[in-house]
Amino acid sequence: MRVFHRKRWLTPYLLLAPGMLWLALFFLVPLGFLFYQSLESGNIDFGYAFTWAWGNYSSAIRSYRGQFERSFEYAGIATVVAFLVSYPVAYWIAFRGGRWKNLLLLFIVAPFFVTYLIRTLAWETILSDNGFVVRILHDIGVLSPGGRLLATGTAVVAGITYNFLPFMALPLYVSLEQIDQRLIEAAEDLYASRWAAFIRVTFPLSLPGVVAGTLLTFIPAAGDFINAELLGSPTNHMIGNVIESKYKELLDYPAAASMSFILMAIILAMILLYARAVGTEQLTG
Amino acid sequence: MTSVAVPLRSRRGTLAAAVAFARRHVLTVYSLLFFAYLMLPIGVVIAFSFNDPKGRFNYTWQGFTWKNWEQWNAIPDLQSAIQLSLLIALIASIVATLLGTLVALALVRYGFRGRAATNLLVFLPLSTPEIVLGASLLTLFLNLTSVLPIGFWTILIAHIMFCISFAVVTVKARLIGFDRHLEEAAMDLGANELTTFTKVTLPLIAPAILAALLLCFAISIDDFVVTYFNAGNRVTFPIFVWGAARVATPPQINVIGTAIFVVAVTLMLANVVFQNRRAKHA
Repeated sequence: MRVFHRKRWLTPYLLLAPGMLWLALFFLVPLGFLFYQSLESGNIDFGYAFTWAWGNYSSAIRSYRGQFERSFEYAGIATVVAFLVSYPVAYWIAFRGGRWKNLLLLFIVAPFFVTYLIRTLAWETILSDNGFVVRILHDIGVLSPGGRLLATGTAVVAGITYNFLPFMALPLYVSLEQIDQRLIEAAEDLYASRWAAFIRVTFPLSLPGVVAGTLLTFIPAAGDFINAELLGSPTNHMIGNVIESKYKELLDYPAAASMSFILMAIILAMILLYARAVGTEQLTG
Repeated sequence: MTSVAVPLRSRRGTLAAAVAFARRHVLTVYSLLFFAYLMLPIGVVIAFSFNDPKGRFNYTWQGFTWKNWEQWNAIPDLQSAIQLSLLIALIASIVATLLGTLVALALVRYGFRGRAATNLLVFLPLSTPEIVLGASLLTLFLNLTSVLPIGFWTILIAHIMFCISFAVVTVKARLIGFDRHLEEAAMDLGANELTTFTKVTLPLIAPAILAALLLCFAISIDDFVVTYFNAGNRVTFPIFVWGAARVATPPQINVIGTAIFVVAVTLMLANVVFQNRRAKHA
């Protein structure tokens, strides 16, 4: 191949510059500002000043420990449920979908095209006290008389699970679809039962999708506040709700900033642990 | 899918056959139930767009009406909210896809110092909760209010920011499976680098660019959290819905939700049919 530009080494940097500059200016720099703000003290009437107020962090954890724990508990349950619910479907589309694959994938993404908030409001209707779900659960005795779904942790977890389901199902499908069928056939030729072939061959080969799906579901779920706000009650509030109200209603910026950082730090720590277990190439692609 | 011949000797026989079918096709039956679950809220949204609610909230079924569709813009501020959302999504998806495609080209095509750092910077926004993205940008913008008032431009900047990573990932996936020999052939035949790019590379990655464009558009028009932090007093469609959810939910919200859903699904169905045809002819 001929060399066209003498300064060829510059080309990649020129291609990168606009996009990376944008991310640096409007992602990294704001994080810096957020960090700075998390160490300020004062109040909204007299203004905030930078004082290395590390106490913001400890008091955030002390005051809102319950909300932090609830965020990770709800996000964790929702991620596991989403995985269990969508793996069989991803498997079915990948191995039995045939020429309908693209159409079936479309059905998985379709709910995405109704605005997130409207979807969640629809669940509010479905789970409401006079809705058919609650009526059926009363009739079969799962729910005690007067028991309700709306404004419970169950409703919040159900909402989170539903809203982030495609983030789990799509990566699972992609990794299952790429599996070389002959490997599974080979396992069966070597007298593995269908179940053994699945556990020893298919499932390990689909692990990249499991990893991607878990992260893509867990991260947004842990920071979510919409489901807790619309489907839960204040006793179900997650850390996202606290950050939102501190920022938008109470204007307590330093507290909100320190909580945002704690949330992000915990999530990044979890990703790093995950990355050590599975290798970084699979994370960043 | 394989179908099983159902013996129609008696009703009991049919039932037994149905049970046998279900047992043989556990996975299929389960998947169909899954899709029903997935579509349930969408069905509710569509149905309630035809509801005729008596009160301020649209949560219980009262009766059928076409009124909400005929007077879709009868709610104050709803139309301007949709227009703002569409405009932001249009500009943000175009700019983000352009910037993201360039980054993807650099990442796949060139070896350079700082690749790992670039990959990390692309990956980080995807792994940051939206509320942190929104809050940190607001912190920056609060310090810039004298030059950049919070409103249209801050929403746009934010949307471009979180769309870039999605665009990079989408285009990169396609570039990796790309046969470079085609470009070399073009150059051997005397095409210069620019001609090769516009005549060979661009048409081949066009589907990925289109996919990135659509993805960014969809993410932008649906975004609530980041926008909520950085919109000031501007109202996009999701912000309108959020405000409405607390005071009154007019069924027109469902009308708009249904309309966006129908348009998007029609476009995607057309794409699926088109690709199936192409695959058949190829």
